[in-house]
Amino acid sequence: MHDVVIIGAGVIGCAIAREVSRYKLRVLVLDQASDVCEGTSKANSGIIHAGYDATPGTRKAHYNVRGNPLVYQWAQELSVPCQNNTSLVLAFSETDLPRIDALIERGQQNGVTGLRKVSREEVLDREPLVNPAIAGALLAETGGIVSPYGLTIALAEHAAVNGVEFRLNCQVQALAHQTDLDGGQTNFIIETSQGPVQARAIVNAAGVFADRLHNTLSQDTLTITARRGEYWMLDKRIGAQFCATLFQLPTDKGKGILVTPTVEQTLILGPTSDPVPDKMDTRTTAAKLEEILEAAAQTWPGLRKDSFITSFSGLRAHLAEGDFRVGRVPDVPGYYLAAGIESPGLTAAPAIAIDLAELIATDFNLALKPEFLSPPPPIPGFSLKQLADPDELDNLAAEIARDPAMGRMVCRCEQVTEAQIRAAIRRPVGARTLDGIKRRTRANMGRCQGGFCTPRILEILAEELGCDSTDLTKSGGQSRILTGQLGVEA
Amino acid sequence: MKVMPEKVSLVIIGGGPAGLAAALEAQRQGLTDILLIERDQQLGGILNQCIHTGFGLHYFGEELSGPEYADRFSTAFTTAGIACLLESHVLEITPDRVLTVISPLGIRKIAAGAVILAMGCRERPRGALGIPGTRCAGVLTAGMAQRLLNLQGMMPGQSIVILGSGDIGLIMARRLTLEGAKVEAVVELMPYSSGLTRNVVQCLQDYEIPLLLSHTVVETHGRERLIGVTLAPVHPQSRKPDLAQTRFIACDTLLLSVGLIPENELSLGAGVVLDPATRGPRVDQRLGTSQPGIFACGNVLHVHDLVDDVSREAEQAARSAVAFLNETDLPAPQADFSTGRLPDQHLAAPAGWPFPEQPSLLPILAGPGIRSVVPQLISRDRIPETLRLAFRPARVYRSASICLRDGQGQLIIKSQRRILTPGEEARLTIPASHWPAVTAGHWQLSIEV
Ligand SMILES: Cc1cc2nc3c(=O)[nH]c(=O)nc-3n(C[C@H](O)[C@H](O)[C@H](O)COP(=O)(O)OP(=O)(O)OC[C@H]3O[C@@H](n4cnc5c(N)ncnc54)[C@H](O)[C@@H]3O)c2cc1C
Ligand SMILES: Cc1cc2nc3c(=O)[nH]c(=O)nc-3n(C[C@H](O)[C@H](O)[C@H](O)COP(=O)(O)OP(=O)(O)OC[C@H]3O[C@@H](n4cnc5c(N)ncnc54)[C@H](O)[C@@H]3O)c2cc1C
Repeated sequence: MHDVVIIGAGVIGCAIAREVSRYKLRVLVLDQASDVCEGTSKANSGIIHAGYDATPGTRKAHYNVRGNPLVYQWAQELSVPCQNNTSLVLAFSETDLPRIDALIERGQQNGVTGLRKVSREEVLDREPLVNPAIAGALLAETGGIVSPYGLTIALAEHAAVNGVEFRLNCQVQALAHQTDLDGGQTNFIIETSQGPVQARAIVNAAGVFADRLHNTLSQDTLTITARRGEYWMLDKRIGAQFCATLFQLPTDKGKGILVTPTVEQTLILGPTSDPVPDKMDTRTTAAKLEEILEAAAQTWPGLRKDSFITSFSGLRAHLAEGDFRVGRVPDVPGYYLAAGIESPGLTAAPAIAIDLAELIATDFNLALKPEFLSPPPPIPGFSLKQLADPDELDNLAAEIARDPAMGRMVCRCEQVTEAQIRAAIRRPVGARTLDGIKRRTRANMGRCQGGFCTPRILEILAEELGCDSTDLTKSGGQSRILTGQLGVEA
Repeated sequence: MKVMPEKVSLVIIGGGPAGLAAALEAQRQGLTDILLIERDQQLGGILNQCIHTGFGLHYFGEELSGPEYADRFSTAFTTAGIACLLESHVLEITPDRVLTVISPLGIRKIAAGAVILAMGCRERPRGALGIPGTRCAGVLTAGMAQRLLNLQGMMPGQSIVILGSGDIGLIMARRLTLEGAKVEAVVELMPYSSGLTRNVVQCLQDYEIPLLLSHTVVETHGRERLIGVTLAPVHPQSRKPDLAQTRFIACDTLLLSVGLIPENELSLGAGVVLDPATRGPRVDQRLGTSQPGIFACGNVLHVHDLVDDVSREAEQAARSAVAFLNETDLPAPQADFSTGRLPDQHLAAPAGWPFPEQPSLLPILAGPGIRSVVPQLISRDRIPETLRLAFRPARVYRSASICLRDGQGQLIIKSQRRILTPGEEARLTIPASHWPAVTAGHWQLSIEV
C-alpha cells in the first residue's frame, strides 16, 4: 500500500513527486513510457513565459506568474541549464502597436513585472538579425528558456533520492475507490499493466490522457483534446543567432510562430497548432513544416533551408474550458488532478506542484521529514570552454586520472565521454534507452545524429544493464534498434 | 596534475588510410619526429568496417577487402616504429598549431611544427533531409548499419528501404540481402545513381533489387519501430515530390545513404578556410590549407570514391609537410586564402565564389558543368611537375570535353571523356609541358559538350 500514487512522469508529475517527497510518505510514480519525460514535457518550446499572455483571473495566469521566478530558482538548485534571455513580441506594422499596449496592460493585471514597449531601433539594436520591417515590440524582461527534459529529469532524480519510487513501462488502465467500512477510510485501487496498486491518495498528471483515467473515477467528466505543435530544430553550427525569444503578435490565424534559442545554443522554430484525433500522433508533416518556414522567415529573413538538423512535435492537452484544472476533485476525496496543463504548463509546474503538495499535506495531516536530501550532483560536465582555462584543464586531467572513462570520447559531435554515459545509466531513475541517454547527456543530438556513436552507446547500455544489445530500444515498447544477431535465429 | 605542452615536428590527425599513408611517406622523406593520433582503439579508419572487396586495385594492383588494405598500411606503420596515440581524440587545434588531446591516459597539449588533417568524413543524417513523419526506431545511416553488421554482428533490420544510392548504401543493399534481409528498393532523388556504376551492377542488378530513380521518401510511419515509408516521384527540374502519386512500402528499416560530409569542425577551429562545394579545406597543389603548416588529405579534404586515391593524396600531403618543416622561412600564404568571412557563410557561398587577387596564388574555379575541384589554388612560387585536378561533374554528361582555360579564355588543356557522372570523381592531369607562362587572373575548369 502506497500513500500517494502519482500517474504521469512528465514535468507536472515529477514536480509533484519532488514536492511531496518532503513529507513522511510512501510515494510511487507510474508512467506507461520507458523513461520519465517521454510525453509533452520533452517536446515543447522550453520557454519560461513571463505571463502577459494568459487571460487575467484564470489559473493559467495565476500559475504562470507564480511559476516564473520559481523555475529560475528550481533550475539553479537542480543545476539545470536555464537562461533569463528575455522575450520579445514583434509587431510587424504600425497598426499593430496598440496591441502591444494591450498585452502590457493584460500582463500588469496578471502581476507581471518588467514589461515595456520597445522601439524598432531598440529591437534591432538588441537583435540585429530580426526583420528590419518590424514596427516595434513588447519586451518581457522575466522571459527565459530552460531545458524542459533537464528540469523534468532532475526533479525525478531529486524525488528518487528522497525515497520516491518510479515504476516505468507501467500503464494505468482504470481507477477505482473503495471505502473501508470500519475506519471509513478511502483506498484507491489502480489497475495497471503490471497489476493492481493500492493507494490512499492519487494524483492524476497523465497529460493528454488525464481525461480517460479521470472519467473512470469521477462523475464530473473531462474531455481533453490533443493539439499538435510541430517544430524545426537547426544545426548547432548555425548557433543561436538571437539572444531573446522572438514571438510574433498573435493574429486571427493563430498564436504565431516563434524563433527561440535553446539553452543548448541551437535554434528552434515553431510551434504550429492543430487538433489531432490520435493522442499519440507526434509525427511531423510536410505542410506544417513548410508553414513554419514561411512564418519564421518573417521574424528572421536570413533563415536558410539547409541548416535543419531535425523536426519534432509535441501535443498540448487542451480542455474545452481553456484553463488548467488543478486541485481536489469534489466527488472523490483523496483524488487530486492536474489536467489540461497545456502551455504555459512548464513554467507553471513549480507553483502547481507546491499547491498540490500542500493540499495533500493538509488533507492527510502530514509531517515534514526531518531531513530532505539535496539533489544528486549533475553528471560531470565537459566543455570545450573548459580547455581554455589551465586550471579547469588540470581538473579535467585529475578527473581522468580518477576515472579513465572520462577521457574516452564516445559522442564526438557533442563531446560526451564514456564516463558520462555510464553515469547517465547509473543515476537514480537512470537511462535505459537510447533516447534516455540522449536527453541526459546530449550524445546523439549533434550534427551526425548518432551516426558514429550509437553502436558504442548500445554496447555500453547492454554492458551496464546486463542485457543483450538486441533487447535495447530507442524509447521502450517495440522501438527495438536491432532485429537480431548474425548467426542467431530470430 | 599539470598539463604541460609537448613539442612534435609533425602531427597527423586520424589513423585511417590517409593518416597512415601520410605517416609512412613522411618517414620515407627522412622525418623522424612524427606522431599519429587516432580516436579509435585500432588503426585503419572506416576501412575496418568495409569487409567487401574492391580496394587496392590501383595502389597494389590486386583486389583487397577494406581491412586487408588497411592492414597493409598499419603493419608497415607499426614496423616502421612511428609513434602513435590510440583512443586519443583531438579536441582542438589552434591557428598556431597547438593541439589538445584527450584520452583515458589524460589530457595533452601538443605544439606541432606541422599538422596533417586526416579525420575522414561523416554521413549526412536524416535531419538534414527534413523527412517528415514519425521519429521511430529503424531509421539509420547506411554507414552505421555497416558498422553494426560488420563489426558487431548485429542486424539492423529485416525489410529494408535505402534512400540515396551512394556507394555505402549500394554495398549495404547487397550485404543485407546476403544476410537474409529483404531490400525492397533503393530510392534515389536524382535521375542517376550517385554511386559507382560497378556498385549499381554488382550490388543491385545482380540481386534484382529495384533502383527507383527520381523518387524520394516523403514520410516515415510507425510509432515505435518503422512500419513503412511513403515514396513519391519527384519533378524532373524542381526535384519537388509529386504528392499526388505517393506509394506506401512496408519496411522495418530505412537506411540513409545520402552523402558524406568531410569532418572539419577541428579545421574551422584552427581558422582553416573551407570550400563550400567540397566542404573540405581550400588547398593548393601541395595540399596546404589557408593556415601555414596545416595540410589536409583523404576524405577530410574531399570525399573520395577510391581509397587508392586517398593513399596517394596523403603521400603528397606528407611530402609537402616535410618540405614545410625543412624550409619554414617560406612566406605564409595565410592572407591569400582567407576572405574574412564566417565559416558558416563559406558553406553557403556558390561554387566559384569571388576570390581576392593574389600575386602568388592562382585560383582554379569550378566553371560550367563542374561541381567542385581540388586543389582550388596553385601556388605560383612552386610550379609542380605535373598537376592533377580532382573534380566532380554537376550532372551526367555523355561525350563531353573537360577544358581548362586561363583567365583570357585561352585553352590550356582539353580532354575528351565518354561519360562523366557526379557519382564518380574524375581527374585531369596537366603535364609540366602544358604549363604556359602563368599570367594574372584565374584558371577555370569546365565541361563543354
Ligand atoms: C507545442 C507545445 C509547446 C509548449 N511550449 C511551452 C513553453 O514554451 N513553455 C511552457 O511553460 N509550457 C509549454 N508547453 C506546455 C508544457 O509542455 C506542458 O504543459 C507540460 O509539459 C505538461 O506536462 P505534463 O506532465 O502535464 O504532461 P506530460 O509531459 O505529457 O506527462 C504526462 C505523462 O503521463 C503519462 N501517462 C499518460 N497516460 C498514462 C497512463 N494511462 N498510465 C501511465 N502513464 C500515463 C505519459 O506517458 C506522460 O509521461 C508547450 C506544450 C506544447 C505541446
Ligand atoms: C561510413 C563510411 C563507409 C564507407 N564505406 C566505404 C566502402 O565501403 N568502400 C569504399 O571504397 N569507401 C568507403 N568509404 C569511403 C572511405 O572512407 C575512404 O575510401 C577512406 O577510408 C578515407 O580514408 P581517410 O583516412 O580519409 O578517412 P577515415 O578512414 O574515415 O579515417 C579517419 C580517421 O580519423 C579519425 N579521427 C577523426 N577525427 C579525429 C579526431 N578529432 N581525433 C583523433 N582521430 C580522429 C577517425 O577515427 C578515423 O579513424 C566509406 C566512408 C564512410 C564514412
